[in-house]
Amino acid sequence: MTDIIIAGVGQTPVGERWDTSLRSLAAQAIQAAIQDSGGLKPQALFVGNMLAVNLSRQAHLGALLADYVGLTGIEAETLEAGGASGGAALRQGYLAVASRMVDVALVVGVEKYTDVIGPDLEAALATLTDADYESIHGLTPTAQAALLVRRYMHENQVPADGLAGFPLTAHSNGAGNKNSMYRKAIDLETYQKADTVCEPLNIFDVAPNADGAAALVLTRGELLPNDFPHPIVRLAASSIGSDTLALAERSDPLLFAAAQVSIEQALQKAGITREQVDLFEYYDAFSIFAVLSLEAAGFAKRGEGWKLAGDGFIALTGQLPCATLGGLKARGNPGGATGVYQAVEAVAQLRGQAGANQVAEARYALIQCLGGPASIAVSHILESIA
Amino acid sequence: MEIPRHWRLKQQRYGLIGEICPHCDAKIFPPRDICPHCGSEAKTSYAFSGRGEVFSFTTIYEAPTGFDETAPYTVALVKLEEGPLVTAQLTDLGETRPEIGMPVEMVTRRLRSDGDERGMLIYGYKFRPVLH
Repeated sequence: MTDIIIAGVGQTPVGERWDTSLRSLAAQAIQAAIQDSGGLKPQALFVGNMLAVNLSRQAHLGALLADYVGLTGIEAETLEAGGASGGAALRQGYLAVASRMVDVALVVGVEKYTDVIGPDLEAALATLTDADYESIHGLTPTAQAALLVRRYMHENQVPADGLAGFPLTAHSNGAGNKNSMYRKAIDLETYQKADTVCEPLNIFDVAPNADGAAALVLTRGELLPNDFPHPIVRLAASSIGSDTLALAERSDPLLFAAAQVSIEQALQKAGITREQVDLFEYYDAFSIFAVLSLEAAGFAKRGEGWKLAGDGFIALTGQLPCATLGGLKARGNPGGATGVYQAVEAVAQLRGQAGANQVAEARYALIQCLGGPASIAVSHILESIA
Repeated sequence: MEIPRHWRLKQQRYGLIGEICPHCDAKIFPPRDICPHCGSEAKTSYAFSGRGEVFSFTTIYEAPTGFDETAPYTVALVKLEEGPLVTAQLTDLGETRPEIGMPVEMVTRRLRSDGDERGMLIYGYKFRPVLH
């Protein structure tokens, strides 16, 4: 099959962007991606967004954004899959270009969180859970993660600070990313003394919700201009898996089955083994999600994933560098944009443009974003074919 | 606010009514008409006993609208004695610190506050420590 190339990438800094609207954030990322691609002309726009209807009272982002960036008339629509919306938009762009229905696809993930705060923001986030059987009981996504970590620690005799290595790694890496929300390393003592958010989670176990937008331009290898200015990165695999929406409806809540399936399928489609993966951008919206994703992917046995951060396995110089530009925890978690940020960061690694955070000789990057507690899991494998 | 929606769920909210699969005998909550274990049609009602134990729990401090007046509150995954897990608040805890494995039983309580809105009150299941 022909190579699907990520020809252009763009992103905005992640953070509390009080001065910038949803449409402006998206436009900045889109313009940067088109420019990075050498000026390719998109024929379709796929928007990844999670909560604009709730937080901005704005639906219909396809029409809004295509027009706002001067692409009025092209195909344009929104993909929503909770926190995996960005990954779902990327997959839609991949399918469009791979099927030859579209020659050049534009993918943008955008989230504007900070116009709403407090209980109304929590209520918007709670719409991502099962309305009839979870949020009506006051459950929130953060509480879902807390339920998982309490049970995980109980079953596997994990000490109270046993997951500290995940935010420590993320913050250490975030320091080297100029688009990261937090650019300061933290130490174990800071983690141990941090305030509780939702027992037993402390503030460093929860990635910060933040504003941001990231964009990609996709095309087929034969359509790249001869003077294409970057090392070439292709999408070697794309896969989505699903699980129950409600956590309680799983027979084994500590198994991220959708994450497992989508990664197995992605590895198979890319024709590689997990040992060939050079870096893994996992979905550390909560520390426990990183743990369960590593286990689901087969990088650790059930119940042992928490040990990987402590022994340096996931560090930039480790066997499997993870969250290499800060992950969700330090770069920030811009909702439906997160999956697209992961792709932008993986492209930076595979082009050799990751600066101080460069993973040496990176050829294959695995990225995975999750909607809810892996109710949806979207995995992509990117390959440098320079 | 969404009156028919809550009315439709009255059997589940007040009676913990789920289903039993006529093909594989799996007990199902909430009802979904297709057995998640064997994939067959399962529309036979089944009333759960309301007894179970705490599978996991957490305390929520930053609560959504409608719950913020009662925060902090404790939400649990309760493993019903018939098998399924259910999400619900723990209530009537008093001085009891919840623990994984703690026996609990269903009670009916108000689920959320309508604040200043004039609307119906939403009641449903919560779980309390088993009274001896």
